[in-house]
Amino acid sequence: MTAPAERLRRVVVVIALPVLLFGLWWLVSDDSKSFYLPPLRKIFAAFGPTWSSRWGSDVLPSIARLLLGYAGAVVVGVGLGVPLGARPRLRAVFEPALELFRAIPPPALVPMFMLLFGIGASMKLLVIISGAVWPVLLNTVEGVRAVDEVLADTCRCYRISGAMRLRVLVLRAASPQIVTGMRQALSIAIILMVISEMSASSSGLGFAIVDFQRGFSIPEMWSGIILLGVLGFLLSLAFRLFEARALRWYHGLRRPQRGDA
Amino acid sequence: MTLASRALLGTLGLVGVAALFELIPRAGIVSPLYMPPFSAIVAALGREASSAQFWRALVDTIEGWALGLAIAAVAGVVLGVILGSLRGVRAATASTIEFLRPIPSVALIPIAVLLWGAALRSTLLLVVYASFWPILLQVIHGVADVDPVARDTAASYRFTPWTRIRFLLWPTALPYIMTGLRLSAAVALILAITAEQVIGTPGLGKEISVAEMSSAVPALYALIFVVGMFGVAVNVVFRALERKVLAWHTSVRLEAVT
Repeated sequence: MTAPAERLRRVVVVIALPVLLFGLWWLVSDDSKSFYLPPLRKIFAAFGPTWSSRWGSDVLPSIARLLLGYAGAVVVGVGLGVPLGARPRLRAVFEPALELFRAIPPPALVPMFMLLFGIGASMKLLVIISGAVWPVLLNTVEGVRAVDEVLADTCRCYRISGAMRLRVLVLRAASPQIVTGMRQALSIAIILMVISEMSASSSGLGFAIVDFQRGFSIPEMWSGIILLGVLGFLLSLAFRLFEARALRWYHGLRRPQRGDA
Repeated sequence: MTLASRALLGTLGLVGVAALFELIPRAGIVSPLYMPPFSAIVAALGREASSAQFWRALVDTIEGWALGLAIAAVAGVVLGVILGSLRGVRAATASTIEFLRPIPSVALIPIAVLLWGAALRSTLLLVVYASFWPILLQVIHGVADVDPVARDTAASYRFTPWTRIRFLLWPTALPYIMTGLRLSAAVALILAITAEQVIGTPGLGKEISVAEMSSAVPALYALIFVVGMFGVAVNVVFRALERKVLAWHTSVRLEAVT
């Protein structure tokens, strides 16, 4: 149990610096005459009118594509990673080719996907999947490879096999690694959502920001950048909650081992 | 599995992928206009390799990538050591870092375009912002990971602040720094290519968007391949560097034994 004073101190520690920085930005920029660096006041004033009209047409479709592409990347990554991790021979065949594909910076693939699939929603989804799949895939392979041998033998003794083995042994043992991969994939997915919209689109958050920049609607552009930042922050927050829930057993297991109960 | 058979199987995989790239357009599953056969890509690669423009673009990309990574690494290590060793400062800055880190660096593209246009500085802004965070977080974790016994020993022997950093903090944090550096090197390449593609600063990314606009499809595929090989080279070099720098560390020594 923490005393109220202690709790208050913690809250102050968490919010002090962000409040200070925003306040500083507000004060320093307030009488800014620079065209490109408008006062924060104007950016905030532009925020509501700009995004309330674009919420349904730009922001929500972007988020939907992001989540769909991310989900696709996780499914494909885990789906391919499990067999690759479990079979050394298969892994040996595909490893060099995968290393090459993984190393291609995903934005470089955008023109290729545009050629192959046009500039519709499926292209954007594929760009997100093609970039975000690698951290999930490689971490799944590593996680499945490193399944504890005693546990694997125990499963064999109890004749646990098939889907049951996959669920209780393989995926469970690999899940800390898979979650690590998913965390890296999330930030890549956001980047790719924005880039796919910036280069070929007529809607979406990335398109809107570039559109404002080309039309020199500077406060609106800044409000878009802030919105993107808030989106990234909220998603990483949501992911941390998910991780804390999904891996509660794991963190509980590790704490006494590390000796800081 | 022996090393030789692994290499053989891996080569088999690469040859298989190349064969797929040759057969899919030839069989008409995808039009060769959109996906040229592998042989055409290789021919385009040869043409690129004999043009001075290609090599200049490669040098430009390396410059933006290396400079950005170096700035991020120095800033990340210095700030990380400061934040990691001062408990109060770390607590006060944690929420700010957690807020700034997930901001996608591509959000900065419009600002860079407006302020500097298609200049190296625009690339650097994106590269530094993106590759700074992995290093910073790794260093903070690394510095906080100092072994309590070693710390007390250093205190007993009255280490000066400098010897403390040199013989206690540095060896503890080094494995973390190397991991952060390896992650950041890959991220920096992604952002360098992105900046060149979207903003139009000189480099391979710009060549890609030029090839795209002039519908030079085989050249486009060849450039994507080159960028991929660049990425492979970055991974290989940084893994080798990690192994060399950490040759004394247990994780590497154990690997050598098994």
